Amino acid sequence: MENKELILSVKDLRQHFPIDGGGLLKKTVGYVRAVDGISFDVYKGETVGIVGESGCGKSTTVRSIAQLYKPTTGQILFHGVDLCTADRDTLLRQRRNIQMIFQDPYASLDPRMTVRNIILEPLRIYNRRGLLEKKYTEEELDERVKDLMEKVGINKAFINRYPHEFSGGQRQRIGIARALALNPEIILADEPVSALDVSIQAQILNLISDIQKEMGVTFIFIAHDLGVIQHISHRVIVMYLGKIMEISSSDELYSNPLHPYTQALLSAAPIPDPKLERGRKRIVLEGDVPSPDKERHCCYFYDRCAKRMDKCSKCVPPMFDCGKDHKVACFLYDDHPVAEEASDKPTEGELKLKAKQERKHRNK
Amino acid sequence: MNKFNEAKVLLEVRDLKTYFKTDNGILKAVDGVSFTVHEGETVGLVGESGCGKSVTNLSIMRLVPSPPGKIVGGEVVYRGTDIMKLSEKELRNIRGNKISMIFQDPMTSLNPYLRISTQMIETIRLHQDMTKQEARERAIHMLKLVGIPSAETKIDCYPHQFSGGMRQRVMIAMALSCNADLLIADEPTTALDVTIQAQILELIKRISAELKTAVILITHDLGVVAGMCDKVCVMYAGRIVESADTDELYANPLHPYTRGLIASVPKMDGNREERLFSIEGQPPNVIDLPPCCPFHPRCDRTCEVCRHAYPPVKKTGNDHYVACWLNCSEEEIQEAMKGGAN
Repeated sequence: MENKELILSVKDLRQHFPIDGGGLLKKTVGYVRAVDGISFDVYKGETVGIVGESGCGKSTTVRSIAQLYKPTTGQILFHGVDLCTADRDTLLRQRRNIQMIFQDPYASLDPRMTVRNIILEPLRIYNRRGLLEKKYTEEELDERVKDLMEKVGINKAFINRYPHEFSGGQRQRIGIARALALNPEIILADEPVSALDVSIQAQILNLISDIQKEMGVTFIFIAHDLGVIQHISHRVIVMYLGKIMEISSSDELYSNPLHPYTQALLSAAPIPDPKLERGRKRIVLEGDVPSPDKERHCCYFYDRCAKRMDKCSKCVPPMFDCGKDHKVACFLYDDHPVAEEASDKPTEGELKLKAKQERKHRNK
Repeated sequence: MNKFNEAKVLLEVRDLKTYFKTDNGILKAVDGVSFTVHEGETVGLVGESGCGKSVTNLSIMRLVPSPPGKIVGGEVVYRGTDIMKLSEKELRNIRGNKISMIFQDPMTSLNPYLRISTQMIETIRLHQDMTKQEARERAIHMLKLVGIPSAETKIDCYPHQFSGGMRQRVMIAMALSCNADLLIADEPTTALDVTIQAQILELIKRISAELKTAVILITHDLGVVAGMCDKVCVMYAGRIVESADTDELYANPLHPYTRGLIASVPKMDGNREERLFSIEGQPPNVIDLPPCCPFHPRCDRTCEVCRHAYPPVKKTGNDHYVACWLNCSEEEIQEAMKGGAN
């Protein structure tokens, strides 16, 4: 893509959730490092896929971008405005351009609202405050809702129905219509097709790519299915344990995966072709994903990596630039120039916690 | 083609029908399903949610909750005996002993209050004449077999101390601890991540080869089927619409539904610009299905006869069965049209 316009830039984002030790005072005894220092850019009109196993921080990343959580540290620059430090008013204005689609179409629609009200809600909120292009009347908004329903392929006649009258795929369409209501620039899709059957999944994926072609919306698309990610994204981010392991264009990543984790992930994904599937060699990773509640000063993938070296246990690998927009966080490629330094500085909360524990230790 | 054709038939399901009574009418979850499993063979049952995969297998074990469910017809013949006719006591000798099951969610299928050892020893002693100590040793042996590290100490853990993949391993160990001939795996890897899924699938493959266990694998993932199964049955709206050897099915799918299903999976080597093939519409509601091909509203090759009668199951080629009017002769279609008109 030529002349890419940068719209979103995530810089050293960390999202740590406190673990309380129970008891009356709910003292913090540690942090779950759900997202642990990630940086990436998103350009206008592209689809960025995020892929990884459960617990790797995919959902937390997009939720932090939407400011559903306040990030622990880091910056989220949307058109140059840092959303993390923005005040309420700016946030309200900016959020109009950032919408989400959720995984579970059963949980993400209010069962007591009609389709009209579900799609209308964001429009109403912004219309009341006069943040839309102009003040719309109720009738005009209703027209808008009908247009949106048509766009996502739901019969306009169903406008007064409730979510339980629809199937999973149709509900996901309603969710998409709601996300499109405010003409956002970027849509964060958090596993929008994981709960759907294959034939319905294909319908929704086609709908999403149609919308992108028509309206030029940028997508950040999460999925754990590598086939889906390959199909829909222009660039792919592979995450593991709250860290980015590899970023690359989709074609490059699938034809030439560099990180051992990406290689294992690709070889573990089943291919629906018996000849290919039986013939190929599969890298089976040992063990499970470790718990993300520890501070790590080694490569995050060290425990399960088949190609680990001494170096990997000593410090966190920075992102190496392997050309063609392909960046990988692995010391196997340390002859390449460093694209980003890795920072493993503890956060404020952790420093406090550590100081406290040390004091306790000394007093003993 | 299939190396299992000469092997002994282990389980034969004939025209199995399981209906559920609901307030809105009779729900025909399974409506005339027939297939056979040979010794040591892995059979895949594929289909979308609600197509009756799981109910088929619950019916084989007679585990369908009744009421509202009822097995209204058909036979399930296991080594020459019809399971449907056995008494509850005789059935218990087979269920969990000769035929055992693993389920989708390993957390809900293990009892969180009991140690792994208690649960495994109970199963083993129920079916085999063993002392507690012997049963424990057997359990440890099985846990080692499924690749649980330091099984001697891990056996006294509670289920919550294991991760999802480990729990599924425990389930497999438990299911196979009584030398089962047939393992029914109901979406065993759906709740797991791809890397863990790869581990579990490798394990099932290895164990079924080592212990010569036949496997019925229920899944919606066509990739899993391609790697695991010798034979595949594709289900739609309570019936098997196509069954064939895995290679044959993928290379030469005859039913439009199978073809659509295979085409709508995004492939990793696919062209991104291309639109995915998608089957329009929704799977039908199986309550009060009209007596016609249930796939015809979504099919891209519908003809007149599809709206009139259910297509008969036709054998085309080597062990390839398909239920579609496209594979029937002109006379049969005429016959059905007349029957439908009457």
